[in-house]
Amino acid sequence: MLSFLNHLINGISLGSIYAIIALGYTMVYGIAKMLNFAHGDIIMVGAYVCFFAVSSFQLHPVVGLLLAIIVCTVLGTLIEKLAYKPLRQATSLAVLITAIGVSYFLQNAAQLLWTSNPKLFPDIFNGAAIKLFDGELIITVSTLVTIAACIVIMILLTAFIDKSKTGKAMRACSEDKGAAQLMGINVNRTISITFAIGSALAAVAGVLLCTTYPSLVPTTGSMPGIKAFTAAVFGGIGSVPGALLGGILLGIIEIMAGAYISTSLSNAIVFAVLILVLLIKPTGLLGKQIREKV
Amino acid sequence: MKKFAKIVCLLTVLVMALCCFAGCGEKTNDAIKLGGTGPLTGGAAIYGNAVNNAAKIAVEEINALGGIQFEVKYEDDTHDPEKAVNAYNSLMDWNMQICLGSVTTKPGEATSVEANEDHIFYLTPSASSANVLGGVADPLTGVVDVERKDNVFQMCFMDPSQGKASAEYISSQKLGEKIAIIYKNDEVYSTGIYNSFKLEAEALGLNIVSTTTFTDDTDTDFSVQVAAAKDAGADLVFLPMYYEYAALILKEAKDIGYAPKFFGVDGMDGILTMDGFDTSLAEGVMLLTPFNADAEDERTKAFVAKYQEEYGEIPNQFAADAYDCVYAIYQALDEGEALKNEDGTYNYDITATELCDMLIEAFTASDFTFSGLTGENMTWTADGAVSKTPKGMVIQNGAYVGM
Repeated sequence: MLSFLNHLINGISLGSIYAIIALGYTMVYGIAKMLNFAHGDIIMVGAYVCFFAVSSFQLHPVVGLLLAIIVCTVLGTLIEKLAYKPLRQATSLAVLITAIGVSYFLQNAAQLLWTSNPKLFPDIFNGAAIKLFDGELIITVSTLVTIAACIVIMILLTAFIDKSKTGKAMRACSEDKGAAQLMGINVNRTISITFAIGSALAAVAGVLLCTTYPSLVPTTGSMPGIKAFTAAVFGGIGSVPGALLGGILLGIIEIMAGAYISTSLSNAIVFAVLILVLLIKPTGLLGKQIREKV
Repeated sequence: MKKFAKIVCLLTVLVMALCCFAGCGEKTNDAIKLGGTGPLTGGAAIYGNAVNNAAKIAVEEINALGGIQFEVKYEDDTHDPEKAVNAYNSLMDWNMQICLGSVTTKPGEATSVEANEDHIFYLTPSASSANVLGGVADPLTGVVDVERKDNVFQMCFMDPSQGKASAEYISSQKLGEKIAIIYKNDEVYSTGIYNSFKLEAEALGLNIVSTTTFTDDTDTDFSVQVAAAKDAGADLVFLPMYYEYAALILKEAKDIGYAPKFFGVDGMDGILTMDGFDTSLAEGVMLLTPFNADAEDERTKAFVAKYQEEYGEIPNQFAADAYDCVYAIYQALDEGEALKNEDGTYNYDITATELCDMLIEAFTASDFTFSGLTGENMTWTADGAVSKTPKGMVIQNGAYVGM
């Protein structure tokens, strides 16, 4: 029973990270209608920035996190300006391929800059943990911080989208770009802001990812990126609560499948569940049914 | 501006015209050409670059002696078998005479087939599966999947031998009552060691209580695997894998307050020099490895110092194996005497096929032994596998100590 609880906590922690990454995917998709496959690699850049800030320059981890957020926000906006903006009128396939290109570019640039030798992310919380039931149930501080960060981000983001003027503009753009423009919303600016927010979230996710799973290589972000994309689709792409639900469910399924069925099959089971959900509910768990007008 | 363009055009035409003649005429080599493929970019680049760097150091050292001259060239295969074959072909176009094989195993399984068809001598530093050599029966089915390639030799241990040696060591030293294994089941290196370890462990009556796996896609979260070992009450965890995963497993074990003995293989080498690794995590970890960069002998010290000076890193086992490959070939050629002409020059134009026959004979000769960084008195037989003794090491106070 206790080991079940341990697995559950691990699952929620992993799922929280997926959820934060999935938010970036889902927001960008919702507003720009494009899949930003470079998102996972921005995570990796954020993790590297924090790694060097903390281990090479001996800065406080919070300063490292802030630096990572700044660098990633600038990087995300820059990528949007240089790579995606010129393609605003192009087919979605062209944008998709560009995103994959950007992803490869970031990975290889990281390899040139920082080599492919794995780096171990510093143990910011020094292995501190809460032990319950004679040390049978262990909750590490990084797990708690990850889950707390996920909840805080979710609340802030929902409030931002629902209440602020920019949030309103985002919702308008996601519904109908043309109409939004006619109403005087600067669509290009709104898309840029979305990218900036998504990239800042990626930085947070990168730091959290590496405090829990400390191996850092130039490809660190690619698999969590794909998983988070899956989580976004699972929960209903374009929906913020959907990203949270999808992420956490995905994390729990992955850990539980590994623990109780087979470690070799855990990924297969995750994707099998995804296929099942999409068969029954093609828009994902919380996705909105949008009728295409003919 | 137009004039400039015209001149450029003219020059281009001239250069192209000259190129037409470049292929003509007797060209003579001024060195024996060694070539190899390895991941110089991509996720496995750490291994390819280590091999490339170390092979260069060995060649520079030999060339500086003033005797026979070597030239070494590595082509990038990004740890992809298909690209490795392309890389191998472009090395053949470059007139490679001796092949240092591929660095990683899957590409090695592909390029060794090509090299066998071309009959070029193939000594790989680190592609360690049984199928690189061929002619080895699968331990589970007893069937020989791949025919023996008579020109292919290994400098590293063959994977099954490592698994077997580890099981024997654990059993004879009575290191563990209940054994857990975590291995990477999408990597031939890890599964090769695991399969032979399991067979040998069963034969020796070792008690395996938990077996869990991971893959490339699930190589960050080890909470499930470590919890399974803990719940099964294992007092020794066997880790046939590379160090970057082992480092995560050690951390996870510490986080949940689980402290069994850990036993690794040669892929564990490198863990102490990993950026940001807390060496106290590895305290007491045991491993069988042919090379450690902290060894006190002159040969290792000189190599490590040189490598650090040129590349700013501590060389890993791959580097040591590559360095040994070049020196073993040098020794097999009788330090160049075998290729010496009567007038004191060297026969650099010898064909790859002639060299291949010469080297196969030299390597399998009963009196051929080679002592290098990764072992003393290594020998080879016609099956291509190296015979050398792994050293049992334990990590104490952040350094390897012989057991």
